[in-house]
Amino acid sequence: MKPAPALAGGFPDLSGMRIAREPHWLRWIGAALIVLVLAAIVRAFANGQIEWSYVSRFITAKVILEGIVNTMVMAVLAMALGIFLGIVVAIMRLSPNPVLKTVAGGYTWLFRGTPLILQLLLWFNLALVFPTIGIPGLWSARAVDVMTPFLAALLGLGINQGAYTSEVMRAGMLSVDIGQYEAAQAIGMGRLRALRRIILPQAMRVVIPPLGNEFIGMVKATSLASVIQYPEVLHNAENIYYANSRVIELLIVAGLWYLLVVSILTPLQMLLERRFARGTLRVAR
Amino acid sequence: MTKPLVAIRSVSKNFGEFQALKSVSLDVWPGEVMCLIGASGSGKTTLLRCINQLAIIDSGGIWLDGELLGVREQNGRLHRLGEREIGRQRLKTGMVFQRFNLFPHKTALENIIEGPLQVQGRKADEVRAEALELLRRVGLSAKADSYPAQLSGGQQQRVAIARALAMKPMLMLFDEPTSALDPELVGEVLAVMKELAKSGMTMMVVTHELGFAREVADRVVYMDQGAIVEQGRASEVLGAPREERTKAFLSAVI
Repeated sequence: MKPAPALAGGFPDLSGMRIAREPHWLRWIGAALIVLVLAAIVRAFANGQIEWSYVSRFITAKVILEGIVNTMVMAVLAMALGIFLGIVVAIMRLSPNPVLKTVAGGYTWLFRGTPLILQLLLWFNLALVFPTIGIPGLWSARAVDVMTPFLAALLGLGINQGAYTSEVMRAGMLSVDIGQYEAAQAIGMGRLRALRRIILPQAMRVVIPPLGNEFIGMVKATSLASVIQYPEVLHNAENIYYANSRVIELLIVAGLWYLLVVSILTPLQMLLERRFARGTLRVAR
Repeated sequence: MTKPLVAIRSVSKNFGEFQALKSVSLDVWPGEVMCLIGASGSGKTTLLRCINQLAIIDSGGIWLDGELLGVREQNGRLHRLGEREIGRQRLKTGMVFQRFNLFPHKTALENIIEGPLQVQGRKADEVRAEALELLRRVGLSAKADSYPAQLSGGQQQRVAIARALAMKPMLMLFDEPTSALDPELVGEVLAVMKELAKSGMTMMVVTHELGFAREVADRVVYMDQGAIVEQGRASEVLGAPREERTKAFLSAVI
C-alpha cells in the first residue's frame, strides 16, 4: 500500500460560506394567530359592558391605595412570621430529640391539613371559644378586643405559611453536604451555631426560589383575609362595588394592583438570589 | 517520663452489624507523626473520627492530653458530656477531611478565621494577622479573598489545613488528605504536611501515600478488619513487614 497523501481530495472547500437563516414560516403563522386572538379579546372587552373610566378613576382611589398598602403590610409580616416559624420547625424536625420532632411534625400536619380560609375564620372567631384571654393573675382582656381582623389575619396567614415554609427550609438544609456539618463540628461549633453560620446561609441559596414563589402566593392569599374584614385591597374594592355596583371594574382594579406588585417582586427575588450565591462559580467570575 | 498525647484503650465501634473497630488500643506520643494504612473498611478513618468525636465509640476509652473524651466518670458510671463540653474537647484537635469541606460561601480567609472568631471569641485583628500568616505558610497569600470554588483541589486542601491550624490544636488529624486530588496536586499538599511535621506538630495521617509515610512517619500502623495488625517504624512495617496480611496489602498497593 502506498503511503496516504496528507489530505485526501474530493471534499469541497466550505470556508467562507455562511449558514443560511431559516424562514420559520410556522412561527410567523403562530404569532399572527395569537395576535388575532388577543385583538379579539381586547375588542370584546372594549365593547363589553365595562366602564373603563371607572377603572382609571378607582385605580388610584385613596381606599384602593390604602388597601394595597394593607395587603403588602400583611404579606410581609405574615411571610416574616412564616419564615421564622418555618426555620424553627425545620430545625426541630431535623433534631435528634424525638419530642421536638413529633411536635414539629404535628404542627405541619395540622396547618397543612386544613384550608387556610377555615383557619382564618377560626382565629377571627376565637372569642367564641375563649371569651377572655390572658395570663392568669397578670393580664387579661376580652378576646374580641384582642383578636382584631389584623391580628387574626396575621396569625392565620403566618402560622399556615410556617407549615409550608418549614418543609422548604428542611429541604434546603438537607441539600447541604453532610461534610459541612462535620467541618463545623471539627472547629468546635455546636449544632445551633453550625446551623446559623454554616448550614442556613448555604441552604438559603436553594430555598430562595421556592420562597419567592411562596411569597407571591402569600400576596394573593391575603385576599382571603377579606372574609374576616381585614381592609386589604380586594376587601376595599368589594366595599366600593357594594355601593356603586361596578363589580367588574373594581375587580379589574384590584387585579391590576396584584399584577403590579408581583411584577415588582420578581426582580427583587433575583437580587436576593445573587446575594446568597456568593462563592458559587456563576457569580464569582 | 512523658505521657502519650492520645491514649486509646480497648475502643470498639459498630455500625449496625458491622464491627468497624474491634477493641483497638494505641498510644500517640507528643511530636509523633503516625501514618495509618490499610484497605478501605479497615477502620483507620473511623479511629480518626472517634478521636475528634465525629463518631461516638461504643466501648473503651480515649484520653487526649490526659482528659477522657466524650464521657465523664461518676460513681462508677459513665455519663455523656454535653455539646458544649464536646465542642471544647474538639478544639484540641484539628481535622483535615478527604473532601476538604471548606465553607463554600466564605473566602479562604473567612474560612480560616471563622473558628477563632466565632467559637474561641478571639480578637478580630489578631486572628486576621494569624490567618494571613497561616496562608503564607501554606503558600496561598495571594488567595486570601478567593472563594473555594475558585481554587484547585490542592489549594482548597491547603486552606483546609490552615483552617484546622488556626484553632491552635495539639493534634492534627488527616483523613486521606490527598485521595480526592488530581495526581499533579498531591505533592503540594504533602509538602505542607511535611513542613508541619518538621515543625514538631503531632499528626495522625490516614493515607495511601506510602512514599509520604516512608519519608515522614515516625511510626506506621497497619490496620485490617477493625484491628491493628502491625505497627512500628516506617522502614520496618513498609520495608520488612512481619505479618502475612501486611505483606499481602503492601504487595497489592505497590
